[in-house]
Parts: sequence; structure tokens; C-alpha cells
Amino acid sequence: MAENVVFHFDVDGEDFSSAGGASVTVKKKLRQLGIAPEYIRRVAIAMYEGEINMVIHANGGSADVIVSDDEIKIVLTDTGPGIPDVSLAMQEGYSTARDNIRSLGFGAGMGLPNMKKYTDTMEIDTELGRGTTITMTVKIA
Amino acid sequence: MLKMKLSDIINSLSLTVVVGDVERDLEGVYAGDFLSRAMSRVEAGDLWITIMNNVNVIAVASLTDAAAVLLAEDVSLMSDALEAAREKDVTVLSSGLSVYELCVALGKFGTAS
Repeated sequence: MAENVVFHFDVDGEDFSSAGGASVTVKKKLRQLGIAPEYIRRVAIAMYEGEINMVIHANGGSADVIVSDDEIKIVLTDTGPGIPDVSLAMQEGYSTARDNIRSLGFGAGMGLPNMKKYTDTMEIDTELGRGTTITMTVKIA
Repeated sequence: MLKMKLSDIINSLSLTVVVGDVERDLEGVYAGDFLSRAMSRVEAGDLWITIMNNVNVIAVASLTDAAAVLLAEDVSLMSDALEAAREKDVTVLSSGLSVYELCVALGKFGTAS
């Protein structure tokens, strides 16, 4: 691949029924690019969790996926409330999701932990009242 | 590791096919309702047993490449989820048995992944 392949998605903050749509599309595109299934699975999981987080907590945002020769970079940007305590949010099982969100099957407190677990690098840039940008990479052979 | 086709367990456990292809190989089983847990634990080719019936279940099943979603306790799929399952080629089965009863019944086929 000579040039990077870039995908951009707007994530609708109102719509739980379409949440995950960008991840499903990325999965298909990566398959078309011939990326190995184990990398696709990791990117899909990390991106899905990020997408859901933006819908639950930040009223949506945007997702960019950049595929280069040696890595897949996922950049998730929102203008939501920010994360007050990142280390707490990184703990498995910690969740601030409301009951109506939990009744949909979300709010296990596994979102950020899953994103970290399934990527090689993850950086969280968050500011209260301004928003959050999460940058993740999955190295590909 | 299970090595059988979905159709084998459909016949054996008298499962209802809600939508989708049943000739897929079945590799293992996962049971649980939290989507993030399922997202990280369901492997490609697994049967995922749950009582969740909304459209997000279909997204997770599609992303994890699950062999099928098995809805326990006669839970029926919500209409937008059924539509999504058709679009994404996700197989959905259902049964009147509980999650526990289904796991016990599936145990005779071998150890899940």
C-alpha cells in the first residue's frame, strides 16, 4: 500500500440503533484491503467500544481510521463533557452509564478497558467541558 | 472446542430458527448479556446465548463473527433487530429454555472454547 487509506465517520449521538455502524463498515473495508482477521477483530472491538462511549456519554462525535503499511490508527473525537477521572474510568467494571443505558446491555464498565486491551497503544486527551480525543493504534505485520 | 454444524444443535435442542443460515460450523459457546463482555469474549464461530434482543446485539454478533445468537426464554427479537440481522447476515435462533438449561444441554457436545 503506497498511500494511507483513510475512513471518516460521523457518529450520531442520538441514535442507539445505528451505534456500531461505523465499526461494522470499517470491518468490511479492512477485509476488502486484505488485513488479517485477528487485526480486524481488534480494531472492530476497540472502535465499537469507542463509538458506543461517544453515543452514551458525549452526544456523538467523529471517528477516523487511518490504515498505513505497519499500523491501523483509530482517532475518536468528541465535544462531550470530558472524563473527570481517567484512571477510574480505566478500571474494569466502573461505569457511569444510567439505568436506561444498562437495560440495553451497555454499562458493563468494560469500554475503555477493552479499548486498551485490544490495541497496542492508546492515548486519552480529555478536558472537562471541552471533550475527549482517544487515539489508538493496532500494529500490523 | 466444539466441532459441529449449527444445524446439529438446532435439531438436537429443538431450537427455532428466527433468521439466517444454519449450515455454519460451530466452534464454541459464550453466554452473557453485557455487550462489552460479549464483545471481548465471543470468538468467531461461537454460539452466543443471551436474553438481550435489541439491535445492538446484532452489531456485536456481526463484529465478533459469531456463528449465531441464541435467544433464551422465548425472548423474541425486536423488529429493527430482525431487520439488522437480515442485512448483516447474522443467524438468530431461539428457545424456550433458560440460559442455564441451554448450557447444560450443550455440555454434552463437549467443552466450549
